[in-house]
Formats: sequence, structure tokens, C-alpha cells
Amino acid sequence: MTPFTYVEVGSVKEALEAFHGGGDGRSKWIAGGTNLVDLMKENVERPMRLIDLNALDLHGIEPAADGGLMLGALARNAATAYNDTVRRRYPLLNAALLAGASPQIRNMATNGGNLLQRTRCVYFYDVGTPCTKRQPGAGCSAIGGLTRQHAVLGASDACIATHPSDMCVALAALEAKVHVQSRRGSRTIAFADFHRLPGERPDQNNTLAPGELVTHIELPPAAQYEAHSAYLKVRDRASYAFALVSVAAALDLDPQGLVRSARIALGGVAHKPWRVLEAEAVLAGKPPIAAHFNAAADVLLRGARSQGDNAFKLVMARRAIVRALETATAGTQAHSQDPNDGPGRPDTKEQHP
Amino acid sequence: MDAKVSPPPGSVAAADTRPAPLPVTFHVNGTAHALKVEPWVTLLDLLRDRLGLTGTKKGCDHGQCGACTVLVEGQRINSCLTLAVMQNRRHITTIEGLADGDLLHPLQRAFVTHDALQCGYCTPGQICSAVGLIAEGQARSVDDVRELMSGNICRCGAYPQILDAVCEVALEPKP
Repeated sequence: MTPFTYVEVGSVKEALEAFHGGGDGRSKWIAGGTNLVDLMKENVERPMRLIDLNALDLHGIEPAADGGLMLGALARNAATAYNDTVRRRYPLLNAALLAGASPQIRNMATNGGNLLQRTRCVYFYDVGTPCTKRQPGAGCSAIGGLTRQHAVLGASDACIATHPSDMCVALAALEAKVHVQSRRGSRTIAFADFHRLPGERPDQNNTLAPGELVTHIELPPAAQYEAHSAYLKVRDRASYAFALVSVAAALDLDPQGLVRSARIALGGVAHKPWRVLEAEAVLAGKPPIAAHFNAAADVLLRGARSQGDNAFKLVMARRAIVRALETATAGTQAHSQDPNDGPGRPDTKEQHP
Repeated sequence: MDAKVSPPPGSVAAADTRPAPLPVTFHVNGTAHALKVEPWVTLLDLLRDRLGLTGTKKGCDHGQCGACTVLVEGQRINSCLTLAVMQNRRHITTIEGLADGDLLHPLQRAFVTHDALQCGYCTPGQICSAVGLIAEGQARSVDDVRELMSGNICRCGAYPQILDAVCEVALEPKP
């Protein structure tokens, strides 16, 4: 690691002041540290100064005024996943959180940090190769390289990395709002607007301005989706691996069993959680059956493009979308019956194109 | 709480080029340790190099293998992914702190009984992780244990025995 200084702060105000006071413009806030410390070991990140946020009073998970839920930015991923209200009322978020990382990392990683972890790939980690995300203008080493994990949607000539979070895929489907504070005041960012596609500036992961601190993540009420949601994560091994493709699916079904509304977000396929409102609209008013799920997948995957090694994702994403929607239709499952863990799924489920 | 800055205010520019060690206090396996540590020292390196507690292993040093798992305030974490200064004032338990004198922790006994290791390098992390798993109270089945131990890799492939050992203690009927 490149040497740096360390400051501990005790309030949001102190955290904001400290960001602007010293560090030669290269201060970074640190919370769980699971991504930042790792990147610092590889010299991908070289802050002059770390500002430790862990003493801030942002660890809570509290009801919001409108019936939603406010997740403190410093609440740990494990504490959030196992929170009674999250389990009961946001099973999609519970499932996504528990599909992510390892138990040790979930005990360390914070909700705010989960949003702010870098969209990344192996070339980003390897400082011996050019990477536009590390150094604007350097060029992308992944294009034409090993691309099994890389994006099939929304990529650019500058970057084809994927956002690795599972939590964020569920937050996209749940239309979470990100509350941030800076010295200029506070604002709320719709989740769809929080992360960025790479374009020409893959070094910019999100739309935060320098000096803006995430304080809370707000979950709007989502009772209509409680009974029919599923998080499906497809990966190279059964646990503790990034998604090749993941799907957060939630359906609001009317008494006749028709879809009132649907939410679908994809992970592992783009620089940010991938959601297309038109794809969800395809399902409205229709019965929840594979033909319509496939039509929704058509819209979600419009413009998808292989980088070579990841051509399988085009097929896998379609199948995963259909299967996640089928699982959601059947009813939200407890974690112990997680569709990702089931040993003996009926073969019929594999027959979708 | 006042911001605690190191080095003390006065010359910020000089401070940023020559960071000074920070005073920290840890309670490790019940013993208090006061020492000074540079900000970039991980908790893992502090335990092994400064405190001589080499039971905790460095495997990948990237949070991918779990060999460095310790308990901080009873919660299992990867000690390689956190800075020692961030754990100031915390209570830490390592593999050396689990036995009561000559009386092994039930998980240590179970690992012996089930022969749950070959080379043993991952064992301290496996056992600390299992202690954390039991404290979390989320494992109800063998499949749960398998999933919730997935942050610990065993390159020898002793997984069936490790699973048996952890399940014997984690899933035993509570009185």
C-alpha cells in the first residue's frame, strides 16, 4: 500500500469538513473497507488520506414516514439482510444480499459501500495493463482479452466491466432512493440515476459530486411485491462468486392471477444494474407465462452484444430472466428454499430457448 | 466526538508525506495491548507481526480464502481486509483465544474428531468462521452450514470432514 494518513470522524458534519481539509485533494472516506483496502493493496487506489466514517450515527434501519424503510449507510450488509423488516417486507433485498460475497465480508461491508464499490474487472485490478477506468484515455485491455465476466449491455469502447453488486440489483428493482449530503446541503438520487454507464468516462462510477456522502438508502413501500419476488444468481460456483448473470424479479399479481406490474433488474451484464421500463410494461395485464416472460427478455436484452468469451451470457440472461419470473410467480421462497441452492430442479425448467 | 487526526494538527503538508504511527489499544483474547501502528497495517499483519499471534493465517490477502478469519466483537471478519487503526478499542478473538487452557473449544474438538484437515493452513480460519456462524444463529440445516461456510476455502479439499465437524457443533439440538 502507498502510505497515507488516517482520520477518525464522529459526525456527518465532521466527515464533510474533513473531506475538504487536507489530503491534497486525494482524501477518501472509508467504512467497511472490503473493496477500498483491497484496491489499495494493489495500488489501484492510492489515497493520501483516509477518513474513517464508522463512528457516524448511520448504522440504523428505521421505518420511513411513508411506510418505507430507511437503511443507514453504515448498517452492515449482514445486519440488513437479517433485519426482521427487510426479511418480511423486502424478501427480494434479503435474498440478493445473502447471495453476495461471503459471511465475513457481509459482516464488514456497509450498505453505502456496497453502492460505492468499484465497477471492476481483472484488468482494472492489474496495474500492469492499460485501463481507462484507472487512467482516463489509457484504453481498455479487456476488449479482445479475457471477457467471460464482462458486459453485454451498455458497454463502450472505453470500458466493458460489470458492476458486481447483488444488493444493487435488488435496489434497482425496488426503486430505492439514495440520500446524500454535502457541505452545500442534501439531495435524493433515484437509484436508476445513481450509477453510470461507462461512456468515455469509466473512471466515474456514479453521479455523486466530490464531497457528497451517502447517508441513507430509502426503500419505498413495496408490499405489492412481497408475495412474488425472486433473486436468481447464476455463477461459476454455487457460492461466493460474482454473478455471470443475476436477475431480481418481482410481480404484483391481481386476484385473477394477471400481472398488475412487474419489476426486473439484471446484474452481471452491464456497468450498472440493468433495468428497462418498457420490458416491465410488456407484462402488464398479461398472465405470468413463459411466452410473455420471453417477450420481456427480448426488450431487456435489446442491443446486447457479445465480447467473445461472454457470448453465452446472451442465452443465459434470457433463460435466467424467464426462470426468475417463473420462480417469482410461484411465490417468494424462504432463503432455505433459495432457487439458487436447489439441487434437483425439474428438467422442464431448462427448456426455454 | 472530536476528530482525532494523526499526525497532530500543525503541518498538514508534512503530515501527508510522512505519516506517523497512531496509538491504538486492542483487547486480544482477553489481553489488552497498547501500541503504535502505521495506518496501512492490516489487522492481520498486526496480529501476526506485532503481537506474534501467528495462528491467524495469511492466505490470499484479498478476502477470498478466509484463512485470516477472526472475531471482532464476536463477529467473524476477514482480518486482511481491515486496517488495524479501524479496529482501535475493539475486542478481538483469534484461534489462540478459543481454548480454555488445555480444554479445547467444542469446534476444535470436533475438527480433531472428524479429521477435518490435511495441511491445516485453513483450519484456524475455518474454526473462527464456524464460531461466528454459530453466534449468528442462521444455520438450520447442513445446506445452510455449507452455504454459510463458503467464505473459507480448503485447498486440500477436506470439505466433507469440515462440514461434518461444523454441523456436529452448529446443529446439535439445543437443550
